Amino acid sequence: MKQNKVSLTHYAMKKQDIEAYIGLGGYHGLKAALDMDRSEVVKEVQDSKLRGRGGAGFPTGKKWAGVPPSEETYVVCNADEGEPGTFKDRYIMENTPFLLLEGMTIAGYAVGAKKGFIYIRGEYPTIAETLKKALEAARSQNMLGNNILGSGFSFDIEIKRGGGSYVVGDETALLSSLMGKRGFPWMKPPYPTEKGLWDRPTVVNNVETLSYVPLILAHGAAAFSKIGVEGSTGPKLYSVSGHVNSPGVYEFPMGVSVKDLIEAAGGVQGQLKAVQIGGTAGPIYDAESLSMQLDYDAMQTAGGTLGSGAVVVMNSKTNMAGVLDVSMRFFAEESCGQCFPCRYGTRQLNYMAQRIAAGTGRQSYLQLMQDTGEVMQATSFCPFGQSVSTPLNSLLQHFGDEVKGFIQQQDYVKEVI
Amino acid sequence: MPNVNIDGRPIEVETGTTILEAADKAGIDIPTLCKHEDIAPLGTCGMCMVEIDGKPDYVRACITQAQEGMQIRTHTRELRRIKRNLLQLVLAAHPDDCLQCIRHGECELQKLAEKFEIRDLEYDQYTRGLPIDSSAAGIVRDMNKCIGCGRCVEVCQNLQTVKAISFFGRGADTIVSPGAETNMGSGVCVNCGQCVVYCPVGALHEREQTDHVWEAIENPELHVAAQIAPAVRVALGEEFGMAPGELVIDKIYHALKMLGIDTVFDTNFSADLTIMEEGTEFLNRLSAGGPFPLITSCSPGWIKFGETYFPDLIENISSCKSPQQMMGSLIKTYFSETRGIPPEKIVSLSIMPCTAKKFEADRPEMNDSGFKDVDYVLTTRELARMIRQAGISFDKLDGVTSDSLLSAYSGAATIFGATGGVMEAALRTAYELHTGKPLENINLKAVRGMEETKTASISIDGEELRVAVVHGLSNARELLSYVYNEQQAGRVPYHFIEIMACRGGCVGGGGQPIENSLYQRNLRGQGLYKEDSGLPFRKSHENPEVAALYEHYLEKPGGERSHHLLHTHYTRRDAYTL
Repeated sequence: MKQNKVSLTHYAMKKQDIEAYIGLGGYHGLKAALDMDRSEVVKEVQDSKLRGRGGAGFPTGKKWAGVPPSEETYVVCNADEGEPGTFKDRYIMENTPFLLLEGMTIAGYAVGAKKGFIYIRGEYPTIAETLKKALEAARSQNMLGNNILGSGFSFDIEIKRGGGSYVVGDETALLSSLMGKRGFPWMKPPYPTEKGLWDRPTVVNNVETLSYVPLILAHGAAAFSKIGVEGSTGPKLYSVSGHVNSPGVYEFPMGVSVKDLIEAAGGVQGQLKAVQIGGTAGPIYDAESLSMQLDYDAMQTAGGTLGSGAVVVMNSKTNMAGVLDVSMRFFAEESCGQCFPCRYGTRQLNYMAQRIAAGTGRQSYLQLMQDTGEVMQATSFCPFGQSVSTPLNSLLQHFGDEVKGFIQQQDYVKEVI
Repeated sequence: MPNVNIDGRPIEVETGTTILEAADKAGIDIPTLCKHEDIAPLGTCGMCMVEIDGKPDYVRACITQAQEGMQIRTHTRELRRIKRNLLQLVLAAHPDDCLQCIRHGECELQKLAEKFEIRDLEYDQYTRGLPIDSSAAGIVRDMNKCIGCGRCVEVCQNLQTVKAISFFGRGADTIVSPGAETNMGSGVCVNCGQCVVYCPVGALHEREQTDHVWEAIENPELHVAAQIAPAVRVALGEEFGMAPGELVIDKIYHALKMLGIDTVFDTNFSADLTIMEEGTEFLNRLSAGGPFPLITSCSPGWIKFGETYFPDLIENISSCKSPQQMMGSLIKTYFSETRGIPPEKIVSLSIMPCTAKKFEADRPEMNDSGFKDVDYVLTTRELARMIRQAGISFDKLDGVTSDSLLSAYSGAATIFGATGGVMEAALRTAYELHTGKPLENINLKAVRGMEETKTASISIDGEELRVAVVHGLSNARELLSYVYNEQQAGRVPYHFIEIMACRGGCVGGGGQPIENSLYQRNLRGQGLYKEDSGLPFRKSHENPEVAALYEHYLEKPGGERSHHLLHTHYTRRDAYTL
């Protein structure tokens, strides 16, 4: 084994081969888990202080501990990676799928499930194939299926492909879709851990979350929790994209600064102007953000969210009216349409942003857009609609003058013509 | 039992009560657009947001339970501002044609806009330019007016389980639509119209036929003969400010005469006739040993539902036409011959609480008189519009009697309009015809009321007959699935089943005045039972005009002419042909 033990990228392989994976130290976590009581596995994950890597940051061990005993329990892997600028789950599934399968199997053992589903976004067809082959390989080595490694524990995984909706990344909407219904979110409580798939207890975890679980079991909770910072332990995969020289997925301990991350990604192309962190629903910061620390608590203190760990870098050539337009179009296209504020609000925001970008905007739109974001924040059914105001307000806070100037300039052009 | 404080008013409520219900109890009206008291909460509109002390975010009152110690505020300055803005978002996407809208004055969106003093819109308005689907016989859908609350989908999918409409598309393009690229006319829609009565706006409404009826009335060459269904007589008054359940049948006769209808009959007559035919059919099956159960056939929404989802039970459905269609074929034969008016000069009009009756009248097999047996079907609401347009002060009318020949009715007929009524009417007659003895207690309370599924057993000549009554198609689906499974196992769980497509029976039909909630339906039903209890004869076989009809024309129940004019057959339908 290599030196860097508690690292996901350590297991990355060009060609997917289960024996090579085992050679890298794979399945040590599962073996360790199967030698323990279920409750001990849950305790180990709790002690690691691993938090959900999908965006919400809920403590994984706490989620598992909340699963009531049931005849039928499910583990669902949320692989509906739809957040713009986020491609870390894709990295895992392409380069180290066995780690995910191992993590799910451990999760299944810990919560008493016999069946797992990987809900993978429809836009990842080749990765779904990679996973299917990996499943076959894992079954052939008795890492999945009946009586895994002679432990008496049986578990198998099925792959389900999504239909291309962003909102289905929300765990309740994902479960609706998985059951063959329209991908509408539902009201919590009841939480899926109590009443999920077909009303059975269901644990929904993100790809990255599950993929760190084998490392915790193989090396111990302490080895994991000593990495990172207080409140956000372990390493994390960050997706860096935009105007950097080497966009890609980078693994750093929790709490890495934006500056260090951008440097690792080869630095900014040109002069840094803005950074959006945590996905499309995250705030858009100016260059001051370089000193920010990328962990759950620090980001929350900064009025943002770590989200999926996406960092989108924009240089000085970026037109912020254009960014506003793209951002609002995303929300309009991906709103599921269930609740009024989101359905109508995203439509109006998209319309106004589009007009601003096209040079036919009005100054009054800026206030109206913020009012709309506020209504959506206050009345939307799920976090999707509630979060539109975050990128909107932060963009206008940092770059409002630029957008205003852009509208003015267009007014001037119109007058001259 | 939690104690909460809403807008300064302390109130104790039952555990499990939502904040919305608690506020209602405290006399506080929280605005809603998607929540309806008869339908499970949907949580889509966001108009019921309230503030709770100590909670960072507003919550939806419709889906949040009141919990001990909650301090709730419902109409703060901030909440009013946010809801005004939310309403503006909805209105900006809504056509600006209130004055021409069928729901003008009865629109929940309009009422909220008024309540919140929306005088202008900050947003640019837009319309979706969607085609209007008027392919169904009974229901028109204008999705440009749809606000996407989801009530109709909930009703169609879960309360009726017809599964004709669902959500498609997403975001601003979200649309409620029939599936598999069908339209309302070609899909599984049964025209029950429950989507219509729960729609808060004018996106769903009846297919209007008042123009044709005016034309027929005003044509001196034509003789218009009308019939009025049982459930209309306890509901039409609501359109003129009277209470639900108030019996206004004499005023309806009067208004129809004033409108220029030449002859006014009563569907209650043919309800009695239905009992004679269906009772005979039942007794015939009893002596033949089946097939059981016999299922009633008065409700055309149920008939199409049965043809679509339970085609294997078709032989269990009574071959009797509905009272509307029996009357239709008699108007163009018996009435035509008796009065010497050629059938081609007769326009047969029926006033129904129902949108599915429009579909039923259009069924190709409904022309046993040699003509279309029922030419036009008006809903209760359409008749109200005609009465208003004619300047008739309905509530001030003295009332007149109907025309003889096809009008006399028993108490058994009038309760057809309420769930359980057909069963009760049938048993009153079947018992006496079969045993030859008078039924001691004719008030069969076990089959009355709003309970979803009612069962009873009655002993006729020592034979124990099991009967069941369901209303609302989800209840029908559940019962029939059970019946089907029992049948497969060679068992007969019931001998006789009454099914009404709409909850509450016809009093809650898709053509009834809006509000048409369970509350109104219950009162209307009570109005019918009240009329029944005060009528001089209460059993169908005591109806003198029915007796005369058999004597002079039909000969006997179940006879050859009856079979030709009063009975029908059914069609197996595929749910979706792809």
